[in-house]
Amino acid sequence: MTKPVLRVQDLAVTFTSFTGGLLQRRERQLRAVDGISFELHPGETLGVVGESGSGKSTLARAILGLITPDRGRVMWRGEELTGLGEEELRQKRKELQIVFQDPVASLDPRMTAGDIISEPLWTFYPNMARLQVEERTRGMMKVVGLLPNQINRYPHELSGGQCQRIGIARSLVLNPRLLVCDEPVSALDVSIQAQIINLLQDLQKKLGLALIFIAHDLSVVRHISDRVMVMYMGQAMEVSEKSSLYQRPLHPYTNALMKSVSIPDPRLAAAARQDRWLTGDMPSPYDRPKGCIFHNRCPYRVKRCEADVPALRRMENRDWVACHRAEELDLSI
Amino acid sequence: MALLKVSNLNVHFDTREGVVKAVNGMDFEIGEGETLAIVGESGAGKSQLVLSFMGLLAENGSVSGEALYRDKDLLQMKPKELNRIRGRHIAMIFQDPMTSLNPFLTIEKQMTEVVRHHQGLRKDEARAHAVEMLRAVRIPDPEERIRQYPHEYSGGMRQRVMIAIGLLCEPELLIADEPSTALDVTVQAQIAELVNEIRKETRMSLILITHDLAAVAEVAERIIVMYAGEAVETGSVDDIFYRPQHPYTQGLLASVPRLDRSSDDELQAIPGNPPNLLELPSGCRFRDRCSEATGQCCERPPLWIAEGGRTSRCFLPMEGGAIVTEKHVAEEAE
Amino acid sequence: MNSKLETKAVDLSVDDPFAAAFAEEDVRGRSLWVDAWHRLLKNRAAVVSGIIMIVTVLLVVFGPMLLPWEGDFTDWDNTSSPPSMETGHWFGTDAVGRDILVRTLEGGRISLLVGLVATLVSLAIGVTYGAVAGYYGGMTDRVMMRIVDIIYALPFMFFVILLMVVFGRHIVLIFVAIGAVNWLDMARIVRGQTLSLKNTEFVEAARACGVDHHAIIRRHIIPNLLGVVIVYVTLTIPQVILVESFLSFLGLGVQEPMSSWGALVNDGAQDMESAPWTLVFPAAFLTVTLYCFNYIGDGMRDALDPKDRQ
Repeated sequence: MTKPVLRVQDLAVTFTSFTGGLLQRRERQLRAVDGISFELHPGETLGVVGESGSGKSTLARAILGLITPDRGRVMWRGEELTGLGEEELRQKRKELQIVFQDPVASLDPRMTAGDIISEPLWTFYPNMARLQVEERTRGMMKVVGLLPNQINRYPHELSGGQCQRIGIARSLVLNPRLLVCDEPVSALDVSIQAQIINLLQDLQKKLGLALIFIAHDLSVVRHISDRVMVMYMGQAMEVSEKSSLYQRPLHPYTNALMKSVSIPDPRLAAAARQDRWLTGDMPSPYDRPKGCIFHNRCPYRVKRCEADVPALRRMENRDWVACHRAEELDLSI
Repeated sequence: MALLKVSNLNVHFDTREGVVKAVNGMDFEIGEGETLAIVGESGAGKSQLVLSFMGLLAENGSVSGEALYRDKDLLQMKPKELNRIRGRHIAMIFQDPMTSLNPFLTIEKQMTEVVRHHQGLRKDEARAHAVEMLRAVRIPDPEERIRQYPHEYSGGMRQRVMIAIGLLCEPELLIADEPSTALDVTVQAQIAELVNEIRKETRMSLILITHDLAAVAEVAERIIVMYAGEAVETGSVDDIFYRPQHPYTQGLLASVPRLDRSSDDELQAIPGNPPNLLELPSGCRFRDRCSEATGQCCERPPLWIAEGGRTSRCFLPMEGGAIVTEKHVAEEAE
Repeated sequence: MNSKLETKAVDLSVDDPFAAAFAEEDVRGRSLWVDAWHRLLKNRAAVVSGIIMIVTVLLVVFGPMLLPWEGDFTDWDNTSSPPSMETGHWFGTDAVGRDILVRTLEGGRISLLVGLVATLVSLAIGVTYGAVAGYYGGMTDRVMMRIVDIIYALPFMFFVILLMVVFGRHIVLIFVAIGAVNWLDMARIVRGQTLSLKNTEFVEAARACGVDHHAIIRRHIIPNLLGVVIVYVTLTIPQVILVESFLSFLGLGVQEPMSSWGALVNDGAQDMESAPWTLVFPAAFLTVTLYCFNYIGDGMRDALDPKDRQ
């Protein structure tokens, strides 16, 4: 078994804000990420799925050091990232990269495609010959499926899918070892999503990248993931192998998510509709349920769930789940 | 009787680089209580189609053709008359509820304003009606929450409020432009459920516009698939999902990741990008991305029609269909 | 001295069925500036104003060279004479026989120069100050902005008069004094813009790529500020010219024999009843210039507004 290249231990990020009027300022804590732990091996893809408010984007940024966590450690190739000084962390950016959700907003509108993709090159190799930079940029464009003759185009002249390819090219130009994709296809049309997912999968195979793919839809991560982590209100509900998760999820929330996915088949969709049981909204993050964080929406809850927080524990088949009743429930789809 | 009948609708925009033909020769109709879905990629013209007969086009846009609402042409109406129909008889909800709601006004204000304008209710009547609507869209504690501001609601709740506002005047036709695209899956599922219930209760007609073909499987009765401003295929929901004729429809279906199929096959993507409307290829607009394209696709493909209003615009023959000579052929020759 | 990048010996080509379509030439991009420029050209008021300004600049630069007399030439035969073609004094003369036309054009040189230089000074200081305060935020921002607030509270005129009295009426001093006060507004505006730019996703993306703070400010923040800055500059120039005019009106502006429109207006005001032409022509030039800059500024603001793009 190869050693994990990324190890996240009990990572937590809390945002503090103030409420109340002039006289009664109270501090409010928002636990965006509340104790996440996992490991990632080279060449492996971890899919992270959660809805808005689950903390998945915050997690992505905390792993890369774009946000400072309050608690926990991130170990990259044996070295601890959390606690590194600003300059040392900056140097690590060559190996750790991110692709953002909004393809157009993540590109500087005043820069051409070529400028955007080559920026990391100038930053870390300021003495690199211009011709060499250009060559590498064009090469990168070809690799992500863009015509190199678009090198002088501006983001507003290109489609969403093309802009996202520029974002991917930019993140790969320095040959990183870890790529975190924060909902890279959510802002794209369904027909383009497939292209980008295929591209990422392809690139991962060829470059041996460790990949973290974040999405809000279980069906989207399925193709590309080896393992999937399901997040809810900052906590991990389940971390399972793809093969087991999609057949028999271990956590009720995973089951609910799977049932919410739209099926492009009218008859199956009508049947699936009867099957959906999740109601209500996610509770306010300032008003977190005690005990198991999902218990107030869970049809399988028992007394224990209201008071005891279930720890993320390992099951027989080596998947992890945070549920008191995991052994007895059969949540097969 | 068709509630809304659109014939030969064309929408053009005057831009610095030339004339952009966003919508070409669209024909469709929708009857009472029906749900029609218009599906296509961004830029296919689906929003512009609807904005044109609602009188909401941008300044440099022009529309031609006919849009008969209960036999009265919306395109010929004076703004005042159109205003009376908009909101009261035909309501529209947009994609991003955060930008559609005014952040400076309470929900109560925004809802009562609509209903008082169209139905002339008194303040307390309007408020009661609004609270009822919020309850119908499952907002918890509507009496309390109606006094809050948009930013105090979650994304899913805001979209539900938008639906409630759309329904306030009990319109005969509701047009929803990408209503669930920005929302989480569980919320999307809830909204779809809600919309279905409302339809059953009120016999309201619904036009649903989206790029997500999977999302319409549970809601739509008929579907129009649009590409680069034209309808490439139309049919019932069963026809489109089980017997798609046009390569583009087939491509769209194949590119949706499905939980009920094995994940080992690679996702079938449609290669290439949506076309630039200023530089459309001659003949069939889809041919650059079509796996079945042949030499003859440089000519404009014929329109096939089969029973039940099934159509397909392609050189590939449609099962049970016959080619139709079109009235608007002359216009396209330009 | 080329650093080599280690590249894996891996075939990185993606199967692209449309590979044959690789064109030879690069497609030219159409930047946002070009879009804005075209929009500006559609604004008639701005275009007309622009033309008038160009003509004015040409006149003030080259005009005096083409005229037969200099600004301080006194024509004793024609003192205080009204505009006429016969005397050759198209704008008339003042009380000591100096040609108003030449004086106006030469005065224009000074006024426009003051406008330009003082604005550049305030630009340089204001943009840097505002960008740094806005970007680094926190205590740095608070301290820097408090300083701005304090300086703002000082009575400007007082300060300038004090400088003039202490150091004498040197023209460079006027540039410095005006620029030194005007940068405050620029700093505030730039800081506000920087605050919103700081939180955009492309700045976050730049940080994620390892770009350091100085480079982010230089390459991402400042270019995206330019739109607002340019608009503000076109509105600052008339402000500065007016300030200089006011100083001249108070008798604190440029020293004789140099003149500015403000100084000319001052002189002309004294002879307003007997020789109105000494006031009218410089005042007209001043007013038209101010209007033009304002129209251009408005036009630029509309042109640079991204929401109008289709």
